[in-house]
Amino acid sequence: MDTGLIIYTAAFGLILIGSTGIVLSTHLLRIIFGIALLEAGANLLLLLATFREGSSAPIIVDGRIPAAMADPVPQALVLTAIVIGVGILALALSLALRVQRAYGTLDIREVRQRLEQDIADEAGIELSSSSDAPHAVVSRQDGPA
Amino acid sequence: MRRLSSALFLLGLGLLIAAIFQTMEFASVAPIAGQAINAVAAEQVGAANFVTSVVLAYRGFDTLLELTILFTAATAGGLVLGKPRAGASHDPDSGFILRAGADLFFPLLLVVGLYIILHGHLTPGGGFQGGVILASAFFIPILARPSTTMDHRRISMIEGFAGASFILIGLLAMLGGKEFLTPLLARGELGALLSAGSLPLLYIAVGLKVGSELAGLLAQLSETEASD
Amino acid sequence: MQSLVLFIVVVMLCNAVAVLLLKDFLAALAAFSVVSLGLSVLFVILRAPDVAMTEAAIGAGLSSLLFALSLRRLGLWRMKG
Repeated sequence: MDTGLIIYTAAFGLILIGSTGIVLSTHLLRIIFGIALLEAGANLLLLLATFREGSSAPIIVDGRIPAAMADPVPQALVLTAIVIGVGILALALSLALRVQRAYGTLDIREVRQRLEQDIADEAGIELSSSSDAPHAVVSRQDGPA
Repeated sequence: MRRLSSALFLLGLGLLIAAIFQTMEFASVAPIAGQAINAVAAEQVGAANFVTSVVLAYRGFDTLLELTILFTAATAGGLVLGKPRAGASHDPDSGFILRAGADLFFPLLLVVGLYIILHGHLTPGGGFQGGVILASAFFIPILARPSTTMDHRRISMIEGFAGASFILIGLLAMLGGKEFLTPLLARGELGALLSAGSLPLLYIAVGLKVGSELAGLLAQLSETEASD
Repeated sequence: MQSLVLFIVVVMLCNAVAVLLLKDFLAALAAFSVVSLGLSVLFVILRAPDVAMTEAAIGAGLSSLLFALSLRRLGLWRMKG
């Protein structure tokens, strides 16, 4: 296998591991780790799009222009994507801190239950026993409020 | 029930990825736009680093919108975190090694960050990389001595000014009747520090904005209320 | 060259699995830094020095700093499970 195919497999492996982390984890921080891994895999896959063996970096050094240069367009896209990824990470961590401050725990099953309880209390209806059943429809008054 | 459906979803995702792996040949995408840019970028833009010319000249709008995304994320993060806790400025100082190391690192990181920002169109580097190094340069003294708080007003002013100057440089070109972000300065010769139109100015604006934004975000994260 | 790339990829994937399986969050953060570092070396091999510098500065530097500060604020700094 040449190097391109090995890195292709690595990109797909990272995407799969990141998705597994997001879908199967119960701790909010592990979900955030999974998001970061998924982004890393996606960036690697994007950069692999136009890789050719034997090309060189797209920079002119000392006035000598190399014969075959790599494609600069996916590199510019991945540059942007990495910086946006760190912005997403900062916002996600701030939200996790807030959840911990409000509910005292980071286990998403417990947070989801308390959240649904809070919403049901605000709306003034009963919380149904199964979380997948449709809730009772609350009748609203139409017309000018 | 939830675990079963999650496992089924992952199985489906894995099969989909395996199918893509089989059918899509590796290295079958033809780099049409890339080859066209590589052929003409040296004369049209005048920057030795072609990735810089793509980021700032051929795709300048994308960089402007990315700065907006970063600004939104940092502002929303600051909004969510809330006010700083009361005992933030009374934390104990770190040990001697950390303090001495932070004093040594601050000027070094400043010089390296500014060098990478200024030479973004000649060597690999540019505004984003140098901006991140500047952010760590401004945050490390606070890590070593938590009693020195960061002046958030000044950081926000630098960030706003740098972001506005990016748009101003683009708008100034329109005064002469040309389009947005037309180069202000001359193209110069390839490889000189003052070359490639207004690319160095744009990257300085980007570097200062990214650096001050991330430094402010890190300071807010370290000063926010603990949940215990 | 091929064996070097294979070695880096295997180390990266093992550390990516370790991020999700380790109980101590500080160790998971260290494994995540190793994934970032391996990714940065792969970017150099793929002839993209700009992207490699960005990934090294942001992934192994700023991202880990963000995680470490949040772990401190969340009280997960000590081994608690």
